[in-house]
Amino acid sequence: MKYESIIGLEVHAQLLTDSKIFCGCSVSYGADPNSQTCPVCLGLPGVLPVLNKKAVEYAVKMVLAVGGTVAPHSIFARKNYFYPDLPKGYQISQYDQPLSTGGSVEIEIPESKAKKKIHLTRIHLEEDAGKSLHSEDNSYTNTSSNVKQKGETLVDMNRCGVPLIEIVTQPDMRSPKEATLFLNKLKQILEYLEICSGNMEEGSLRCDANVSVRPIAQTKLGTKTEVKNMNSFKAVEKALNFEMERQIGIIESGGRIIQETLLWDAEKELIAPMRSKEESHDYRYFPEPDLVVLKFHPQTISGIGGIRSEEKFGTPTITIVEKIKQSLPELPEARKTRFIKQYQIPEYDAELLTTEKKLADYYEECVKNYPNSKAVSNWVMGEVLRELKERKISVSEFKVPPKELASLLKQVDSGTLSGKMAKDVFVEMAETGLSSEKIIQEKGLVQVTDTKEIESVIESVLRENPGEVEKYRSGKERVFGFFVGEVMKKTKGKANPSVVNQILKEKLSS
Amino acid sequence: MAITIQDVEHIAKLARLRLTEEEKLRFQKELGKIIEYFDQLKKLNTDGVPPTTHVVPLENVLREDAVKPCLSVEEALANAPDRKGNYFRVPKVVEKEG
Ligand SMILES: [Zn+2]
Repeated sequence: MKYESIIGLEVHAQLLTDSKIFCGCSVSYGADPNSQTCPVCLGLPGVLPVLNKKAVEYAVKMVLAVGGTVAPHSIFARKNYFYPDLPKGYQISQYDQPLSTGGSVEIEIPESKAKKKIHLTRIHLEEDAGKSLHSEDNSYTNTSSNVKQKGETLVDMNRCGVPLIEIVTQPDMRSPKEATLFLNKLKQILEYLEICSGNMEEGSLRCDANVSVRPIAQTKLGTKTEVKNMNSFKAVEKALNFEMERQIGIIESGGRIIQETLLWDAEKELIAPMRSKEESHDYRYFPEPDLVVLKFHPQTISGIGGIRSEEKFGTPTITIVEKIKQSLPELPEARKTRFIKQYQIPEYDAELLTTEKKLADYYEECVKNYPNSKAVSNWVMGEVLRELKERKISVSEFKVPPKELASLLKQVDSGTLSGKMAKDVFVEMAETGLSSEKIIQEKGLVQVTDTKEIESVIESVLRENPGEVEKYRSGKERVFGFFVGEVMKKTKGKANPSVVNQILKEKLSS
Repeated sequence: MAITIQDVEHIAKLARLRLTEEEKLRFQKELGKIIEYFDQLKKLNTDGVPPTTHVVPLENVLREDAVKPCLSVEEALANAPDRKGNYFRVPKVVEKEG
């Protein structure tokens, strides 16, 4: 029997604010443990949280970018559970009145090129918890309380209170592949909006999944499980495939799927149930009394006005939904369409060039200085991406600015460099960050276009290889490439290939 | 609506409280009274009253995204029952909830 999986995702994206969601602590990554805390995020008694305006703006940006509806009225809620990295004993989140509902993200199935909408249930704001490091090696002993047990947990509260948006999808995905396609698209949108770094390895983008399987053509849904701890795009696909196979195996052998939470183990590449009791899901949500209502007046959503506080009670603020809407950057889909039209490049090129905002910016900047858009596209997709991959760096860390690439390409056009030489110079530029002119000068890499000089090299090549010449003249035209290669060897690749081709043909046919 | 001993035990467990049999009986009574009070509230006519989550007439209280000085690590850890280096240290936890 053939099965399909039904997958819904819960994605947590860390917002790129400077300070935490409810206090002024810095959120910079990689700080010393417990160096970025204050009474608010440590949950000390008597403190009051105050919502970060930028976090709200960023969240609204995302809602608008995916076509969701900003709720006119939303509130925060306390999600109660005990865990050492949650010092308050509750997480401030949103529950029954979230920031937004609806919206969708479109994915394209590579094989069929079919477009598919993944619908979103909601997007809401919440705070992150701290970070726990578990260890078996050290026994925990606390002399003052006489506690003794195997293993200890160390807690760093720096991440506590970092602003997140949780994006919840409907169970619209039908395969692990679709889930990763969706996740990639989501990451792309977050990056374009510049509201999240999208780095799964650093934990700024995290994903949990609800998975069930059913025989294709069956409409009734199977029992679902929740899969957590998938820390990379690869892990998501692997974990979901694993879980899908596991569920199919159980069903085929006549068993029953139990609704449970499972953890993906990236090292062992398997899934294990999380030890937890039924009661752990009893979060006893209730409205957070310390944070007031978040109101977007009805007119703001349709166009005018903004998030306003009651003037008589506080500062008249705040952000205007319409303003945010207008400030939305061109999103990946729109940019791709424009690239195809404006630069007359194939859809494949446009798709690849717009996967990352910074790469698309790089391309456009380069075309500005060197208008042969298809040639630039080839270079960016080929040489640039290869250099980035080999050096394991991002576009913003790349040492060759787009203007420099443009001037390199101009030198190919003017005949100063051959295509092959340009590629070598480019590698050198990526390595050293020097300009192409500087490298050409230092290496004496000027292309030989002097026909006399080339002619004499060709003559000597033909003289030294009479057998090959005979072969060519008897119709084996494939040896032509051999002659070109020999000429290039003798000139150390500096001979202008079109001049070489032309003279070679003349000489061989004479 | 009456509160059962099982309800008390469940709530105690969620709150990580260990109750004696005597205490369970006491809380059964006390929680029962609170629930009774809600039953009384339920009898009120609330037609036309919008659902209210907050009683203060405030909305959209926000702060600018500005970084403020944090506590020093020593201050942050000052009240910790136990620490290791600059970390809070607690007995090993295995399950993660939430
Ligand atoms: Zn803080």
